[in-house]
Parts: sequence; structure tokens; C-alpha cells
Amino acid sequence: MFQAIAQSALRPYLSGPLLFFRADPSKFRLDFILPGPATPIIKLAMSPVISVANLSKTYNSGFTALKGINLEISRGEIFALLGPNGAGKTTLISIICGIANPSQGKVSVGGHDIVESYRAARSLIGLVPQELHTDAFETVWATVSFSRGLFGKPKNPAYIEKVLKDLSLWDKKDSKIVTLSGGMKRRVMIAKALSHEPQILFLDEPTAGVDVELRKGMWEVVRGLQTSGVTIILTTHYIEEAEEMADRIGVINKGEIILVEEKARLMQKLGKKQLKLHLQGRIDAVPPKLAAYNLELSGDGNELTYNYDTKGELTGITSLLGDLRNAGIRFYDLDTNQSSLEDIFVSLVRAP
Amino acid sequence: MNFRAIRAIYRFEMARTWRTLLQSIVSPVVSTSLYFVVFGAAIGSRITQVEGVSYGTFIVPGLVMLSVLTQSIANASFGIYFPKFVGTIYEILSAPISYFEIVLGYVGAAATKSIILGLIILATAGLFVPLHIHHPLWMLTFLVLTAVTFSLFGFIIGIWADGFEKLQMIPMLVVTPLTFLGGSFYSVNMLPSGWRTITLLNPVVYLISGFRWSFYEIADVSVGLSVGMTVSFLVGCMIIVWWIFKTGYRLKN
Repeated sequence: MFQAIAQSALRPYLSGPLLFFRADPSKFRLDFILPGPATPIIKLAMSPVISVANLSKTYNSGFTALKGINLEISRGEIFALLGPNGAGKTTLISIICGIANPSQGKVSVGGHDIVESYRAARSLIGLVPQELHTDAFETVWATVSFSRGLFGKPKNPAYIEKVLKDLSLWDKKDSKIVTLSGGMKRRVMIAKALSHEPQILFLDEPTAGVDVELRKGMWEVVRGLQTSGVTIILTTHYIEEAEEMADRIGVINKGEIILVEEKARLMQKLGKKQLKLHLQGRIDAVPPKLAAYNLELSGDGNELTYNYDTKGELTGITSLLGDLRNAGIRFYDLDTNQSSLEDIFVSLVRAP
Repeated sequence: MNFRAIRAIYRFEMARTWRTLLQSIVSPVVSTSLYFVVFGAAIGSRITQVEGVSYGTFIVPGLVMLSVLTQSIANASFGIYFPKFVGTIYEILSAPISYFEIVLGYVGAAATKSIILGLIILATAGLFVPLHIHHPLWMLTFLVLTAVTFSLFGFIIGIWADGFEKLQMIPMLVVTPLTFLGGSFYSVNMLPSGWRTITLLNPVVYLISGFRWSFYEIADVSVGLSVGMTVSFLVGCMIIVWWIFKTGYRLKN
């Protein structure tokens, strides 16, 4: 009941793209977190495979990289973690994977605590770090087999063969890693991460410094993995990558998660455009006849703003312009604009 | 126990040995042979006997120890430092293995390497001088104990080092002098009494003395003391390694 009231009260803010342009980021953060109708249902349907509770990390240098992170990743989804450099993306991943110690808080992977049941937790995870950390003189085959052994899995040449073939590395299996190109090394690292058949794959900036073609290839690989049931968490700078790949998007900045949202809902918001009409003469109020358009009048009375959905069959622009003329409102100019994920991202991470 | 992981690390490290065969095995053998030529044949020909053993024969245990000590440290410190340096350590840290298993893999491989090396040097020595080992089992015990202890010590150095310079510093500035002054090439009894007392503060004296005893039954200090000192150094290293992993020192912070 309360939720319904709260939602109806917030409805204009929830759907209005104005939010992205005018509101103080620290205020509208609430809007994204507020459970919309879709969120709880999805949470019930998919149990979280990773759950992070109140996680903080302060390095020995005194730098606080994470401040009370709470996050749940659902089984089988592709989750994109967006954030500027130094936001804490890699630290978060490092802690979940066991590379860094948490200062505070709890993380469980597949229901196993990462500290107390580290073996069970880590064996579910494959990690592809951001930097190209590879051995130099090992062959591709040896290094991938090494990774499998390290995770305690019995030898399975047929599986390794499949992984290498899927990543177009099969003809390089006997090559030393030092002889490979950067893109191939990146794929070797993915092969290493997949060598022990993980249920969860972390890709830390998988396409940083990778050319467009290879990036598309990488996206296909990731989608293929998702189809086979692997949960994927990727961090990225590239907003288009998140748009292209993710089921859900999280934004992290200065060690805090400031937004977690279904991509579809986010995109719905992005589908909204606004039309601004610069009036020839100022008006005191929007005429009642035009109430159906939900027009917003600027403070000085010189500008009208109309929000519409480009994905709808009818945008209503033609009839609006007709009705404006009938109401005797004239304008000397108009412009339209659209908020992109980038706009949201930029306004979110900009210091308040 | 994740035996497959231990085996994977162990094999990876041993593969590095075979890949760098010249550096790992051949060069210590060459340098040991040089010691033999210089100290054993050239200078040693002027010294007739030390404690009833010909000088060339006398220095064999010391030479083996010298190589085992320095190589254990070098192998183990490099083995763990290099993944840290190139970043591949991420995989070890994110794998479902305990600290004990990581140490077992790295230290096991480093110790194996230096034990093989010690035996090769012993065989090389046999080409120069006649060798008789009175207590082969004790000889092996000292060899293994020393190799493991100093591989652990090397592992600690490899974790502590944050640059190649530091990696070289302890072996060069501490271990090599201690080994040379620890009675590799002379009996501690040959020193004036003041120096002898100071020398007894050098832990390497106990290693070499015990090892030499297993060959010729001559020793600078009692065998029990030798074993005791070696074992306490081993335990000391184990405690430090345990602390390193417990706190994540230089690995996870």
C-alpha cells in the first residue's frame, strides 16, 4: 500500500528525463534504488550467486577504496560494473576473488563465505584481470592446463581443446605466449579463467585496448558463455559495452555503488526525449486545454518542455504543435534532446 | 588438500629449471669446479691436512653447502618473486588452495632443485678427490633439511622484495659472507680463540659442521647442536611464512 502511494507520488520523477539534467545527483539516487514493480519479482526468481554485504577496504597506505558496498548478483546474468578510474571496480573484484583481504564486511559466493569456505567459493570463480599478466615462455596449452590443475580439477584434454577452439586459439596451442599478439594473450587469459569450468566469470575491462573487431568477437564469446549458464560480471569504461552486453548495470564511484538498475528499465528511461519550445512571449501558466501533454513551464515563463517516448507509436508532437497553435502560443525556436547512459553516468559520478 | 594444485605449482617450477638448465644446474657446477681447482688443487697442495683429512677432501662438504644454501635461496626467492613482478600471482591467490599448499609447491620445487644440485656437485667432487661418506643417511638428512630451510628463507625474501635489487641484497650481503666465514674452507678450530667465539654466532657454522661430520666424523660443534640449530632456523622460517599469509603481507594489501 505504502509502496503504491510512494510510487504514484514519485511517478513523474521516475519517468521524467528532466531528472537527469536538473536534479542534484545525490537526491535522485533514491529514485533508482526505489524498488520498481519489476525488481522484487526478478529477485525472487533468481537466487543471488554472489552477495556482498557492507564491504569496505582500506589499503595499508590509508586509502579507502571501498565504502560499505552492498551488492547482489543473480545467477546467470551479465552484470556490468561501470565506473571511472580509481572508483573501486578492481578492488571489489579482487576481494571477491581472494586477491585482496577485505577490511570489513562479508562476501559469499554460491552461498560460501569467501574467507571461511574459500576453497568452495573460489573454485566457482574464473577471473580475467585487467592487465595482461601472462607467463612468457610457457606454451598456451601448458599455461591453460596449469590453471586447471591449480583449481584442483583432474586433467581433461578434451575440455581444454574445446575452450581453445572456442577462443580461436587451437592453432596456437604449442606457441609460447611471448610470441602472441595482445589480443591473443587476452584470449589466453580468458582460456585460463575458463579452464576449470567456473560458474562465475569476472572480466575486468575485457576489451580495454582491443580493436573493434576483436571486441565484437569477445562479446560473442561472453554471450555464448551466458547461454551455457555462466554468470558474468564485467567492468568497463565503455558505456556502449554495458548497453550491448549487460542484463543489469551498476555504477560505482569513489568506493560506493550509486546505482544498480535493470538495463531494460534504464534504456526505457533513455528512450525518452524532450522537446523544448522557446516562446515568443512569456506565459503565466500552461493553458488547461494542454493539460494532457504534461507540459512543464520554465520559471521565467519563456520555455515549454514536452517529454515523449520515441519508442511509442505516437509521439504526440504533431497534435501538440496543432494544439499550441489553437491555444495561440507561438514559439520562435525549438530543440530536442535525449539523455544517454553516458549522461546519467556523467551526472552520477560528478562530485555533488 | 588440493594435491593437484601442489603438483601444478611444483611441475611449473621444475619446468622452469629444465628450461633454464644452463643457469640452474650447469653454472653452479662450473663455479664449484673452479673452487676445487683454486682451493683444492692450487692452494690446497700447500696445505697438507686438516684434522687428519686432506684439504681437498676437507672442503667438499663446505662447497656442497655453499651451493645448496645460495641456490635454495635464489630458486625459491625468484620462484615467488617473479609471479609477483609480472602479475601472474593473481592466479595463485585466487585459486582454491591453502597457504600451506602454495608453500609446499614452491618450496618443494626449490628444495628439490638444490638437492639435485648438491648431489651433482658431490659427484663432481668425486672426480677430483676420493670421497668417503661415513653416515650417508645423516648426510642426506642434513642436505634435505638445509635445502628446505633455506628454500623457505628464500621464499620469505621473495615475498619481502619489491625490486630485483632487494632480491639480490640478502643473498649477496648476508648469506654469502656468512657461508664463507662459516667454515666452508677451513675448520673453525684453526681460528684464534676470539674469532672462534664470534664465528659461533654464525648459524651457517652449525650447518657445515654437521654436514662435514656426516662425511668424516669431524666437527667443529656437536652434531646434536647442529641438528638443533638447523631445525630451529627451519621453525623460525615457518613461523614467518605463516605470519606472511595470515596477514597478507606484501601479497594481499
